[in-house]
Amino acid sequence: MAEFEPKIVAFVCNWCTYAGADLTGTSRIRYAANVRILRLPCTGRIDFMLVLQAFGQGADGVIVSGCHPGDCHYAAGNFHARRRWMMFRRLLDFLGIDVRRITFSWVSAAEGAKWAELVNSVVADVRALGPYAGFPQRLPDDLVTIGGQAPAAVEVAS
Amino acid sequence: MSTLVDRARALLEAGTVQVVIGFGAGSEPGRVRPVFVRKAEACDSLVADARHRPNLCTYLLKPEIRAMGRPAIVVGAAGLRTLLQLAVENQITDGAVHVLYLDADGAVCELPTLAAIEERAAMLPPDAVVSAPAPGATGAATSAASAGPVGIEQVDALPLDERWAFWQNELSRCIRCYACRAACPLCYCSRCIVDVNQPQWIPVAADAFGTLEWNVVRAMHLAGRCVECGSCADACPVGIRIDLLNRVLASEARSHFGAEPGRSLRREYALSTFRPDDTADFIR
Repeated sequence: MAEFEPKIVAFVCNWCTYAGADLTGTSRIRYAANVRILRLPCTGRIDFMLVLQAFGQGADGVIVSGCHPGDCHYAAGNFHARRRWMMFRRLLDFLGIDVRRITFSWVSAAEGAKWAELVNSVVADVRALGPYAGFPQRLPDDLVTIGGQAPAAVEVAS
Repeated sequence: MSTLVDRARALLEAGTVQVVIGFGAGSEPGRVRPVFVRKAEACDSLVADARHRPNLCTYLLKPEIRAMGRPAIVVGAAGLRTLLQLAVENQITDGAVHVLYLDADGAVCELPTLAAIEERAAMLPPDAVVSAPAPGATGAATSAASAGPVGIEQVDALPLDERWAFWQNELSRCIRCYACRAACPLCYCSRCIVDVNQPQWIPVAADAFGTLEWNVVRAMHLAGRCVECGSCADACPVGIRIDLLNRVLASEARSHFGAEPGRSLRREYALSTFRPDDTADFIR
């Protein structure tokens, strides 16, 4: 049987981690191809709802990463994000969500090697945890009916 | 010592306020309902109910109530904290609300300014705000919610998978009526994220994903702001202890950031500020 390949969604900031991941590529460092990178302006702009949306659409793990403290392009976006993560992580844990599936990190534009290491280690951890089967999935909006169940079959007009 | 009714009547007669927001007799003995008294002769319908549930401050920001004119409001300890937090968030201005503070012994004092509210709130003991849903606040609360854990510690003590099962079971009863939002005095956004439909952030149907997301969003948007009045859980028609989600974040904000919402007029919102030395040991 083929090894479980986890789907990892990475929300990264434009100025540090995205550039860092670019550096990983231009440095020709090989790393796990399980990660889908989504670039946002700043970690301060990464709404916690995006993390839930990722899990609700099939992600097995999530990475949220941005500039090191003191390096934020917008001076303080990552400081605000850090406080929000502290709250969010506690709430998820309280709700019984395994916080090992969410990795928060600081990766600078110069840390191409750290990005590769981080992704590899997250992929290994999530692979060991297995598929995130228990998390409720977001149904396509046009399939949601009263009661929140998708109809058994969808008629497609020919 | 003049009674609540006397004070309310005098305020309406003098024209100091145009409406008194308080409690009147409910549909059965022992229950109360919010009343909005606009005539001095109708003040007899006011009841000095020291339970102060639900939190009447919710009504202060409603356009319909604002249109009535300057209000007086009957509040207890949770109400004082709510008013201070609303003032910190620039939702009420100094002197805009005339407060009739009713303490646990039934004594009334008038607090016409924010400074007076702050001074009185500073005299409250730390545990002045009641922490559990009002007994019998909702029909469902007594029957459906009594089986599971009843406090943060009990929920935290469960193993991870049981905690998940507990909350999924609780939230499966949610019908997404948003009574929790309507009852919360600090949920006052004129356009809530749950009503935004381009894009549809949170699915409208009461499915497992949308319900989880709604409850996470509600708790997160109140993190560091919630004064823990418990009105949300009182209002829940299916008896989910949603106040626990707020309380766990309130306690987290208190221990990490020293957030004490509703304690004074000078507090800042914990999540719109930061300290460079905030410690989060989980960041890699």
